[in-house]
Amino acid sequence: MEAKLSRKDILGLQDMTQSEIQLILDTAASMKEILARPVKKVPALRGKTICTLFYEPSTRTRTSFEMAAKALSADVSSISTAGSSVVKGESLKDTLLTLQAMGIDAFIIRHQAGGAPHFAARTVPSNVINAGDDMHEHPSQGLLDMLTILENKKRLDGLVVTIVGDITHSRVARSNLWGLTKMGATVRLAGPKTLLPPEVEKLPVETYTNVDAAVEGADVVNVLRIQLERMNSGFFPSVREYARLFGINKERLRRAKPDVIVMHPGPMNRGIEITPDVADGEFSVITDQVTNGVAVRMALLYLLLGGGSNVGTA
Amino acid sequence: MWALLRGGRVIDPSQGIDEVADVLIRDGAISHQLSAISREDVEVFDCSGLVVAPGFIDMHVHLREPGAEHKETIETGARAAAAGGFTTIVAMPNTDPAPDNRAVVEFILRRGRETGINVLACGAMTKDMAGQEMAQLGDMAEAGAVAVSDDGHPVQSSLIMRRVMEYAGMLGLPVLTHCEDKSLTSDAVMNEGIVSTVLGLRGMPAAAEVGMVVRNILLSELAGCHVHIQHVSCAGSVEAVRQAKSHGVRVTAETCPQYFTLTDEALGDYDTNAKCNPPLRTRADIEAVKAGLADGTIDIIATDHAPHSLEDKEVEMTVAAFGMVGLETALPLAITKLVDEGVLTLSQAIGKMTCAPARALGLDRGTLAEDAAADIVVFDPDAEVTVRASEFKSMGRNTPFDGWKLRGKVVATIAGGRVVSGELRAASRERVLSAG
Repeated sequence: MEAKLSRKDILGLQDMTQSEIQLILDTAASMKEILARPVKKVPALRGKTICTLFYEPSTRTRTSFEMAAKALSADVSSISTAGSSVVKGESLKDTLLTLQAMGIDAFIIRHQAGGAPHFAARTVPSNVINAGDDMHEHPSQGLLDMLTILENKKRLDGLVVTIVGDITHSRVARSNLWGLTKMGATVRLAGPKTLLPPEVEKLPVETYTNVDAAVEGADVVNVLRIQLERMNSGFFPSVREYARLFGINKERLRRAKPDVIVMHPGPMNRGIEITPDVADGEFSVITDQVTNGVAVRMALLYLLLGGGSNVGTA
Repeated sequence: MWALLRGGRVIDPSQGIDEVADVLIRDGAISHQLSAISREDVEVFDCSGLVVAPGFIDMHVHLREPGAEHKETIETGARAAAAGGFTTIVAMPNTDPAPDNRAVVEFILRRGRETGINVLACGAMTKDMAGQEMAQLGDMAEAGAVAVSDDGHPVQSSLIMRRVMEYAGMLGLPVLTHCEDKSLTSDAVMNEGIVSTVLGLRGMPAAAEVGMVVRNILLSELAGCHVHIQHVSCAGSVEAVRQAKSHGVRVTAETCPQYFTLTDEALGDYDTNAKCNPPLRTRADIEAVKAGLADGTIDIIATDHAPHSLEDKEVEMTVAAFGMVGLETALPLAITKLVDEGVLTLSQAIGKMTCAPARALGLDRGTLAEDAAADIVVFDPDAEVTVRASEFKSMGRNTPFDGWKLRGKVVATIAGGRVVSGELRAASRERVLSAG
């Protein structure tokens, strides 16, 4: 495998080509083989230094990136800050330039401001991977969702993927819709009108406020986390009503294809957007998503930073 | 001293003039006694091929002094104005402290007098611009404030707005309003629509502006004052003003070059220089703004010149300051986007930058009438210019137009008979009349 992405940064799936996405998914599949070995480590990125720079709390994404980097033998330093760069007193620009001067090869950035990774990509010559920028994109999540679908369905083209929940505030929904539609899937977005983004009808998707209709005949149902603080901002009247009208339960799932798979980017509110019997049930591939997350992030790091060493036989 | 600007295309919309003619300046004022050209001590300057017009009036600039002199001072803002052909500018009140009393208004006017151009002050509507208690409107009017405004901190309470309008109306002060329902725009950084959805940025719906335009028009009728709608950015606001005017309401409106030039797609690369408030809207809004300019619904072109330092803009979109500088790009944008595209004649465009704002504010400027102050701009309407932010006289470099190729170049700006920017070429003798 000698492939490399001819780009400096991974900021989103919107500006990625179908062949780039295919390359990442193919590479991730090879990375999964490494993760299945007793010794889960190859020297592909030995000597490279990767910095995870998280301005928002995160457990799984950050751990997943760190494990991916370590499996490729890169050195990882992790920086997290509870508040924004402004609260902290140092600007994002200065933080980046300081770390850059220490020799960071790639930054993995999570930030509460849409476009902060783009700002970083313009500011430093290092590679930048967007690990989630507010409501904008979360490309590695979109890719790991696609890898999970691909493993289960053997294709993406022609599938119907229903994404249910708080679409407005979801970077996962945005990365999924760009990635999946580029690969030929039909994307349905479903949720209460208050949580569908402005002018959603101009996106290349179908939109629903009736979840039953959105699930009808779906190959995949991707359930988004509903942030409970949204209730207090008047987006929906109560958790009970949300669960009843928009939650994914077994009965509702019967409208989907018989071999439907159910995904959730986590962390879950069991009993609200997804019932426990669905989350733990036969259609759930939620733990596969987590495993695939490491593989996809290995692929991204390798394709951006790798010097063409042969991962397969390392 | 006497000076003759010879052979230029004189455009003075206040008098309906658009013809090749000479303009005589006598002791800082316009003189129509052209027989004087035989006098020995008249300096003659060749303006052939150039437009000679009343100096522009910008009724919407942010000068940042007092309080944020690292962004702009009254002095640097005035220099930027002169470079852009403006001889009169009105300083918006969102400074620190705000001009909510006589002392700050007097400070701004005093500093303004040191600049060589006319710097006018606009008072704050409410104390500290907090939208709660009425500012010292009577004192400020006496001190020389030409209007009151809530720009930058729009008054949300309809009751407070009504009272300010009633009181300002009594004093004869126009009420300049920034129309924004803040409950619809919290945390928002750009126009709400498909572009904000794709960029994952929080948006301000056009309805947040239109609703307040309508409210402020209704309240102005109730209060009996002259309401002026600042920086109209969207189709709904144009329509609201058009309707009000058709019913005879005493309302005027301005827009700014960015609102007839750029759409929200300018934020596509998360360019913080395109972040302004009201936000850049859509293509349909640009068309509506242009139609409003063409049919007279929008009386005035202002700039909302909003200088910021680099560190206010070289940050994440969510924390970047709102606003862009505008004084030094207004004329070329008006020519390129309005005149060249057939929206306005050159004379109409100049009218919206001279006599229209003068009328709205009750100023005896913006005209080349006999005895008017010799506030004059001389510009080349055909010259190609490339915008170079690094060469701005303003301390602000925050423009989304850096590198743009436009048409229209200010050759010289004369305020009160003195050249305050650029230079003019002497016709017969080897002399130039130049700034400084």
